[in-house]
Amino acid sequence: MIFRILNKPELRELFDVLAANRIIGPVQKGTSHDGKPLYVFEPVFDFNELKLDYTSTTRPAKRYFLPSHETLCTFSIHENGWEKSVDFNIHEPHVFFGMHACDINALDKLDKVLLESNFPTPYYAAKRKNMFIIGIECTPQPFCFCRSMGTDSAFHGFDMFLTDLGDRYFVEVQSVAAFNFLKNIKTREPEEKDHARYMELVAEKNRMFTTIVDTTDLAKILDMEFQSDVWKYWGDKCLSCGTCASVCPTCYCYGVEESVDIDLKGAKKKKHLYSCNLIDFAEVAGGHNFRPESHTRLKYRYYHKHRGFMEEFEESLCVGCGRCSEACLAKITVPEVIASVRSGVKPKRRSSRHGK
Amino acid sequence: MENRLPFVDILKGVSGFQRKSDLGSFEYSYKAEITNVYPLTQNEKLYQIQIVDPDMRRRFTFRPGQFVMLEVPGVGEAPFSISSSPVRHGDIELCIRNVGNLTNFLARVERGVQVGITGPFGTSFPLEDMIGQNIFLIAGGLGIAPLRSPVLSVLENRSRYANVDIIYGARQPSELLFTYQYDMWRKFDISLDIIVEKPDTQWNGPVGRTTDVLREKVTKAGSLLSNNTYAIVCGPPVMFKFVCNMLTEAGVPMQKMFVSLERRMHCGRGKCCRCNVGSTYTCLKGPVFDYWSVMNLKEAI
Repeated sequence: MIFRILNKPELRELFDVLAANRIIGPVQKGTSHDGKPLYVFEPVFDFNELKLDYTSTTRPAKRYFLPSHETLCTFSIHENGWEKSVDFNIHEPHVFFGMHACDINALDKLDKVLLESNFPTPYYAAKRKNMFIIGIECTPQPFCFCRSMGTDSAFHGFDMFLTDLGDRYFVEVQSVAAFNFLKNIKTREPEEKDHARYMELVAEKNRMFTTIVDTTDLAKILDMEFQSDVWKYWGDKCLSCGTCASVCPTCYCYGVEESVDIDLKGAKKKKHLYSCNLIDFAEVAGGHNFRPESHTRLKYRYYHKHRGFMEEFEESLCVGCGRCSEACLAKITVPEVIASVRSGVKPKRRSSRHGK
Repeated sequence: MENRLPFVDILKGVSGFQRKSDLGSFEYSYKAEITNVYPLTQNEKLYQIQIVDPDMRRRFTFRPGQFVMLEVPGVGEAPFSISSSPVRHGDIELCIRNVGNLTNFLARVERGVQVGITGPFGTSFPLEDMIGQNIFLIAGGLGIAPLRSPVLSVLENRSRYANVDIIYGARQPSELLFTYQYDMWRKFDISLDIIVEKPDTQWNGPVGRTTDVLREKVTKAGSLLSNNTYAIVCGPPVMFKFVCNMLTEAGVPMQKMFVSLERRMHCGRGKCCRCNVGSTYTCLKGPVFDYWSVMNLKEAI
């Protein structure tokens, strides 16, 4: 990999160079009830709007790759039949300015199932291949457990990655496109002191993680504890609302629905992202539901994330971003669920979250 | 303008011949015509569906046990096991019960309607491995639909197999499917036992469950079952649990018993997760599983 050093003021230059394209990045959208800024990924037109020191976005970058609703194809219906036309719903490249390692890892995981397996998904592929991604180093939050999931740093799946060294950025350059863009602005070779500072910062970051999840043998333990009462405890709390899936950067499950246009001359096939916690997720025609109880659905979610994906790709489908725990209306958190399944002990009382 | 990123056309250079790996194939469906609709019972009909393009029709191949996604634009798309023989290629037959949105619509269509077909998808019954062996083909209810393809395939290659026993159970005589073919199957030297749970006044066959017939047969076969028999079981989960347990006790190895699982798939391509059992995709690793794999799937039965 090629490394460069970029003085801070130069970043604005880089933004301007990239501004020939549509740029998406973290911006502050509002403030939470307890006074914390709420960030989202949105199109950015001004460098000053970009909040590169953001904690975490409430919702993941997923919607630019897997929109919550997407038209898969349209039909024009005529007397003797129909014609199908397919659009992958992206017509220009995008620049993603400031994505954390967990979200990049999430895309890498999605690549495995949506791009690299049988029947690759063109809707995802077209968006993924037309995204220029600039990653940025983050500060671990109390709800983050990416380090436990091995996703606290990204090795691939981006074009360049920035680490803030104070007055300058340490830049990992991964694609030729990134290399060419950097020719437009002033950069220099990193020196020994830059390497030292980088390593100092990484060590500092590692010390900041407060949430640890023990994932040793987790796939096996999930199998062993399939009948555990602990699932019922969490199932009783779960509201089956599907919020966890909608804020999850790696949830890709969906449902397909078709509709006829009002003029009866056309029809649409639409896909909408779904959640395995929703009550009818495993319902079949005729009304039989393979997972009628909420604990069976919640269990299935953990099963898919931490066992099924592991079995298929030797890694978990969770990146430890903690968004689902933060968003859960019933305050169900992944670290607590996994700890309780491991120990077989239901939490006696709700631990106060993140020391609040 | 030099700073504009080039747009990557993911279909550039894609030939479209590798159905499982080409990005352009994902949403491609064969245009097909419902050439005939044959009512089987009050709730089930047999649809003869022909891929319109003669070349495509010839090139369409599948193995018994695989399924297709059938689409009616604007109404929906759903998975159906192919009920016809593989020698018919893209002239397939689907046996469909009217239970959902799409199937209730299909119940009302007449021949001549154009539909979309994608597939075939999924795993199949390994009929090549069964050569020289006895085969039990056991169906309960609508399970005869996925079972008919291997049945017809065995008929067409009768010399390759030793004894072939079909055991077919239904709730009542009026729900029996493919009644017009029973005589033909028997004439091809296949033993066919049909049993119903609730007889009507005209029924003079046996009354009970498939396991009642099976019990007799396995007792007669004795210890030979362990090395000369394969079984294909299709039906509701509760049925194949009892059937497979009985066969296991009789000595048939688990990996020589095959079942077909049913789930509501929205894609058929291992993407939507709707058909997952435990964390296994029924559409990719199934729908045909050997009993050992089913035993290792959580929540399958």
